[in-house]
Amino acid sequence: MTFTRDGKSTPVLHDVNLDVAKGEFLCIVGPSGCGKSTLLSAFGGFLAPTSGEIRIDGEAVLGPDPRRIFVFQERGLFPWLTVEGNIEFGLFKLPKAERAARVAHYIKMVGLDGFEKAYPAELSGGMKQRLEVARALAVKPDMLMLDEPFGALDSITRLIMRGELLRIWREERNTVIFVTHDIDEAVQLADRVAVMSGRPANIQKIVNIDIAHPRDISSPRYLQLRNGILEQLGLAHQI
Amino acid sequence: MPHRSIGWVRPFAFVALLLVAWQFAVSRSSTHLLPGPIETLGGVADLVRHGLLLKYITASLFRVTWGFVLAAVLAIPLGLFIGWHRRAEMAFNPLLQIFRPISPLAWIPIAILWFGVGDLSAVFLIFLSCFFPLLLTAINAVQRIPSVYVNAARNFGLSEGGVVWRVLYPAVLPQLITGLRITLGVAWIVVVAAEMIAVNSGLGFLIVDARNAGDRYDLVVAGMVIIGVIGLLLDYGMRSLEQSKSLRWDYSED
Repeated sequence: MTFTRDGKSTPVLHDVNLDVAKGEFLCIVGPSGCGKSTLLSAFGGFLAPTSGEIRIDGEAVLGPDPRRIFVFQERGLFPWLTVEGNIEFGLFKLPKAERAARVAHYIKMVGLDGFEKAYPAELSGGMKQRLEVARALAVKPDMLMLDEPFGALDSITRLIMRGELLRIWREERNTVIFVTHDIDEAVQLADRVAVMSGRPANIQKIVNIDIAHPRDISSPRYLQLRNGILEQLGLAHQI
Repeated sequence: MPHRSIGWVRPFAFVALLLVAWQFAVSRSSTHLLPGPIETLGGVADLVRHGLLLKYITASLFRVTWGFVLAAVLAIPLGLFIGWHRRAEMAFNPLLQIFRPISPLAWIPIAILWFGVGDLSAVFLIFLSCFFPLLLTAINAVQRIPSVYVNAARNFGLSEGGVVWRVLYPAVLPQLITGLRITLGVAWIVVVAAEMIAVNSGLGFLIVDARNAGDRYDLVVAGMVIIGVIGLLLDYGMRSLEQSKSLRWDYSED
């Protein structure tokens, strides 16, 4: 995949081969600027690869599709709509009663009860992120794509949000592709972690995280897997 | 709550103080360069007595309304279209940049040539003074919409029309209303100038006529005060529209 700007073309992704299983939680990690987000945008259909193709259930991805919802870093919420209005946004094809039921269900699932009429500007960062996840889930997508969704949150909220996301994922069982630069986050969440190299990036290694949830983040196996990924990225164990 | 009422009274008390100072300064002065507030009030009373006050205010508001509404109806959809389509913007931009710095008053001779002395000329001038600012506001408003909103809307499967109606329109509304408020202020300034030349009624005509027909400076200042008060009321009305809850968000929220 190549970007062209001012007549200069920059190859961003090269020779990426990645299979994602249905219902899987896949994390993509890599050095900043390596093309993680570009790869995710291509999965989402927002960018077309210059060569090669992306197939989901045997069908080529040609553009954005409500079966695959992209979750932006809380910035994708519509500030002119309330919490309810945002969740309802993608449900325009459903009859009214079902719409209301879905909205109520997902407001409850992400714990925003009592904030139905609030506007995004009145919510905290963590609440906004939960709202964006709820809006995505409400259309019952097969696949959720999250691009560093917790990057803008403080570390405490980030930990809480990871737990919430896992809880929701266990209930809904969507396929999740989660891009992050935080290796701990990846090892805590994912079934598999795809490690990307520097630019032009490819998938350097895929690490199976064979620890059952809830994960003990001080267990030897956890630390072993985490250190393995750090080594893959060429980062020392000590600072 | 006593503090509340004091906050409300303060600007009025200050205006009253200025009026007293004005009256005092005028009565102490031996020259007659400016009528005092009492004289001006007399001028207003004179206008009411002759049935001119309401007539002139109506005439001015009539022209502003037509010019402003026509400009809004044409400029806003056109601006949204141009802003939404990059190619249209590239085509229109040079033309806009040439027309924009031309003062609407520079059009007065052409307005009179085309429409004669009368309402139509004045409406045309107001229209011009509103059209270009509104067009640019609409174009900028569309271009300021973060692409993440459009991407999210497409992701949820909205058609092009759906994106325009459910994302573009609500996203630009606050900026459009601010643009309309500022433009209405401009229109109110331009109508006075237009009426001085292109017509023989309205508040602008009143000012010129009062001077030409007998140096009635009490009427000149009365006209100025009335223009100021009506301008204030127009702005106040538009501002209250801006305060509506669903419009009070902005991109710079965090």
